[in-house]
Amino acid sequence: MPETKPVLMQGNEACAEGAISAGVRFYAGYPITPSTEVAERMAVKLPDIGGVFIQMEDEIASMAAVIGASIGGMRTLTATSGPGFSLKQENIGYAIMAEIPCVIVNVQRMGPSTGVPTAPSQGDVMQARWGTHGDHPVIVFSPASVYETYYLTVAAVNLSQKLRQPIILLLDEVIGHMREKVTIPKDSKLMVEKASDKVPADWKPYDDKGLTPLVPFGFGHYYHVTGLFHDQYGFPTGDPQQVERSLDRIHEKLKKYRDEVVLTNYIGHKEPRVVIVTYGCTVRSARAVVKKAYWNNRQPVGLLSLQTLWPFPDKEVQEIAKKADVVIVPEMNMGQIIGEVERQVKGEAEVIPLNRYDGEMISPEQISDIMGRWLS
Amino acid sequence: MGNRQEILLTGAGGQGLILASIILAHAAVNDNKNVVQTQSYGPEARGGASMAGVIIDIDTIEYPKVVNPTVLLCMNQASFNKYLPKIKRVGECIVIVDSTFVSGPFREEYKVQNYPITKVAKEKVGKEVVANMLALGVVNAAAGLVDPDIFRESIFEMAPKGSGEINQKAFDMGYFLYEQGSGQDIDQSAQNPQ
Amino acid sequence: MAIIEQLTQDFLRTKKLPHIWCPGCGNGIVTAALVRAIERADYDQRDVVIVSGIGCSSRAAGYLNFNTLHTTHGRALAFATGLKMARPELKLFVIMGDGDCSAIGGNHFIHSARRNIDLNAIVVNNHIYGMTGGQHSPLTPIGKKATTAPRGTLEREFNLLELARGAGATFGARGNAAQPRQLEQLITRGAKHKGFSIVEALSPCPIAYGRRNKLGGPVDMMKDLKENSISTERAAGKEDSELEGKTITGVIFNYEEPEYAAEYYHSIGKEIPVKSSG
Repeated sequence: MPETKPVLMQGNEACAEGAISAGVRFYAGYPITPSTEVAERMAVKLPDIGGVFIQMEDEIASMAAVIGASIGGMRTLTATSGPGFSLKQENIGYAIMAEIPCVIVNVQRMGPSTGVPTAPSQGDVMQARWGTHGDHPVIVFSPASVYETYYLTVAAVNLSQKLRQPIILLLDEVIGHMREKVTIPKDSKLMVEKASDKVPADWKPYDDKGLTPLVPFGFGHYYHVTGLFHDQYGFPTGDPQQVERSLDRIHEKLKKYRDEVVLTNYIGHKEPRVVIVTYGCTVRSARAVVKKAYWNNRQPVGLLSLQTLWPFPDKEVQEIAKKADVVIVPEMNMGQIIGEVERQVKGEAEVIPLNRYDGEMISPEQISDIMGRWLS
Repeated sequence: MGNRQEILLTGAGGQGLILASIILAHAAVNDNKNVVQTQSYGPEARGGASMAGVIIDIDTIEYPKVVNPTVLLCMNQASFNKYLPKIKRVGECIVIVDSTFVSGPFREEYKVQNYPITKVAKEKVGKEVVANMLALGVVNAAAGLVDPDIFRESIFEMAPKGSGEINQKAFDMGYFLYEQGSGQDIDQSAQNPQ
Repeated sequence: MAIIEQLTQDFLRTKKLPHIWCPGCGNGIVTAALVRAIERADYDQRDVVIVSGIGCSSRAAGYLNFNTLHTTHGRALAFATGLKMARPELKLFVIMGDGDCSAIGGNHFIHSARRNIDLNAIVVNNHIYGMTGGQHSPLTPIGKKATTAPRGTLEREFNLLELARGAGATFGARGNAAQPRQLEQLITRGAKHKGFSIVEALSPCPIAYGRRNKLGGPVDMMKDLKENSISTERAAGKEDSELEGKTITGVIFNYEEPEYAAEYYHSIGKEIPVKSSG
């Protein structure tokens, strides 16, 4: 892929740039720290490329407008932060149920409630999983650098289209606000995986046989979109068999494409004794430690960084647990993903939490201290 | 840690330190170095204290926050009082203060260099708002962070339209001040370095 | 005008009938008026989208043979705003109930009006939350009873059209289920209007509202609706005392102001595809 010269870019800006590269042409949002730069970048760029930027009256409306525009055939994105993410939840559930693609960015800040608007946190991991009501599937990505923010935004937009599934990007304030050197692929068109525009004669919006592309409104396919449980044509149903089939349907597609959805990265020793499992900005602190310990000192340590938080990378963590004696889980919260890690480790290794929730990043020293204790 | 430079630019809101940090980071990118820029956000960044960090390295930069400053710029007394004690390697960290606003105390072990940055910006360059670029000139002259020619070009690229030249001039004046040496009061006869 | 049978076949999903509405409900009449208005407006079926919220009247979307979008409670206008901005050439009708539009959806309502975006809002006002069994809404008249106001509500009601006008809507009309021809004309005019239009359709709910407030059966409620209404033409020149207890029907306001979607597309130099109709 051709590349341009490196530039200095902020995480939030990279998110906007990634969205545009992946063909997003509609943004609806509401101002909230620390995500506002995403909206500001979109407000500057979208009008120039024939896209739509609209600042809505509230967070709920932003989410609704994005879904409406997606049904009109546009690729869409909205960005928010903690309190706004809470407000968006009902309509996120709608998009999951009605299988409308869209990308929701949550630049996490310190909560609960208004919290510390400018302090970083990773406190929304479980909200991203279970924030909207009902037994729903979710896809959540969490980048650890400015470039990863760009890359995962592109991936989120494309996967969202392919799976007709809203995707949540969980940034944190550190990644959203920091600037760093990135090299963005030159030909942005390459980033867009274009869906077929041919509609089969027997097209059904929610075909029992499996995933079908979304055919936008206005082309003579008169189907119904609803948040109610629905049949193949989108019409409401309360029939127990169809209800069950509907729910299975939205879960099955994530299982089927699991390997495209679950993204992780391992660095370190092949037979590690201590492995760190983490995500988001905390990956950076952990990588600093593991590089030094493994690359410089050949210590039996490793780092499994999770770009995908949900669906949880179960197999990848199980692999780690088979080898390692100790799994350390640093998180900028009181312990959220660690519960999932424990479920997968199933007692095969010691799982050690490292939590920080004072609005500061976990430092490399904190990680190396705890790692050192288990290595000696 | 050999190549790693951790620069803290501190002062009051409105002195243009955030912009200075972005321009420094931009210049470092143009000089083909790895760089991470962070800043303190929030209500305290409006009018109150302002702080931005830039890390420049040949290697990949993982932890993005400044923990062990190698260069500290203080553009007002409050930031001098607050950030000087954060220096871990006393004597090795380059400390530059704007003597227009910072009066000390300059304890010997810190090897504080003071220059009348804002005063010179106002009286010699003609615009107080370019004090930030003048400060970057002093910092870069003292620490050799980025190739000076690339730095000058980067300033031109990033400056608002029509202000590229005056900002470059301020940067050059920073070099001139540095060469004159620390602790000099403003030299009424100081010539334009061009 | 096509014959009714043809219209029924084309624009209604007859397989989805019978509808869920109670006997004596006005929702069917309002829905029929909408269908005839779409025919009158001469829109291409594929360009028409029906958006609705949550509530009894919002179920109409499911019975109408167009692209139909049944959204979340109160949010129909926000979904519609996104769709209209993405596809400004489409003709959007947004069906809401009184609680849906003016309580939970109140913010979207005033801001859609403020933007003057070309959406055609049809608010079926039966003064009550019907689907949940009869709770008071912001359009329940003061003093009327509801399950959540067993002694009569102390809250004052909105004047929905004046609220819309104050917020910047450019077309407002009121009709009722007892005078379906007039309602059909008003919806047609609202549809043809460039900008945010609202048609308030007063409609009886004998089950959840009429019974509790001793307003008689369905026939009595229909009769009252008709008798208590007076058209703008007939009301003109009448003294306030003569209009006491009457509801004015017809076009209440009609202004020309820049329409948001058109303004946006113009500002970015992009053409909106022109449709043969409308």
